Amino acid sequence: MENKNLWLLFEIAGVDVYVNETMLSTWVVSAALVIFALVVRAKVKSFKDVPSGFQNLIELAVESMDGLVRTTVGEGMDFLSGYYFCIFAFILVSNYSGLLGLRPPTSDLATTIPLALSTFVLIHGMGISAQKGKYFKQYISPNPIFLPINLIGEVSKPVSLAFRLFGNMLGGVIIMEFVYTLLPVFLRFLIPDILHAYFDLFAGTLQAFVFTVLSLTFIQIMAAPY
Amino acid sequence: MDPKAFILGMSAISAGICSLSGLGSGLSQGFAAGKAAEAVARQPEARGAILSTMMVGCAIAETCSIYGLIIALLLLLANPLIALL
Repeated sequence: MENKNLWLLFEIAGVDVYVNETMLSTWVVSAALVIFALVVRAKVKSFKDVPSGFQNLIELAVESMDGLVRTTVGEGMDFLSGYYFCIFAFILVSNYSGLLGLRPPTSDLATTIPLALSTFVLIHGMGISAQKGKYFKQYISPNPIFLPINLIGEVSKPVSLAFRLFGNMLGGVIIMEFVYTLLPVFLRFLIPDILHAYFDLFAGTLQAFVFTVLSLTFIQIMAAPY
Repeated sequence: MDPKAFILGMSAISAGICSLSGLGSGLSQGFAAGKAAEAVARQPEARGAILSTMMVGCAIAETCSIYGLIIALLLLLANPLIALL
């Protein structure tokens, strides 16, 4: 079957290397984030004790993520805020990239499943390091009969994280495609803007926030009370 | 009867049934919004915290209807049953 979303990039020793829409928009999003990070890095040297302008914005973003981690996971877990700030920024800019006419990378399972799986590894790594031997005991509590149910509960965490983000963004993309196809060309300026504001800005911000908060909550359940 | 046409028609019907999964999450989001309105009426200064808690809860309640949407899309756009014929 011919797949229209694949473009041939080059060929090495008889092996074709393809690029699809998701990879292209992921590169654009990553490039935007890397350039922004380099700008911030260059400006950090001129930061003062009393912030103003651009410095206010950066400090607000970093401090609100630190506060979120502190209220959700607890004290002493500040190293999580760097990783989840990165994840939050990537998901947010990915969801907003629909405004530029790109296909959001998060509307592809190949983006959301790795994000959810890294959260999964983090949950259980933190759980083992925090609970030591008790970690394995929780799967047979209150009774060994509950082992399969507990295991399914653990597997369903990354699955629900990945599919929630994917389903929301894919639903938005499909509805936008329908609207753009149905409307005549001269009406394509005003009516889709309202839908863009809902699907890309509102749902995009909400889903990025929900992904971060739920990951932190799962980590808190595994790691914090011990 | 052509078996492919039968499978396609049944898939379209089941995609319609999948969209019924929106019933439960719509109901629960309505409950959540009503309770949030009650909470804001009782304690208007906690509006921000109530709003963000309600948003996260609504997004979680939406998950099961999103599963229904994904199954409906699978049945309509990438039907796995056709390949079994």
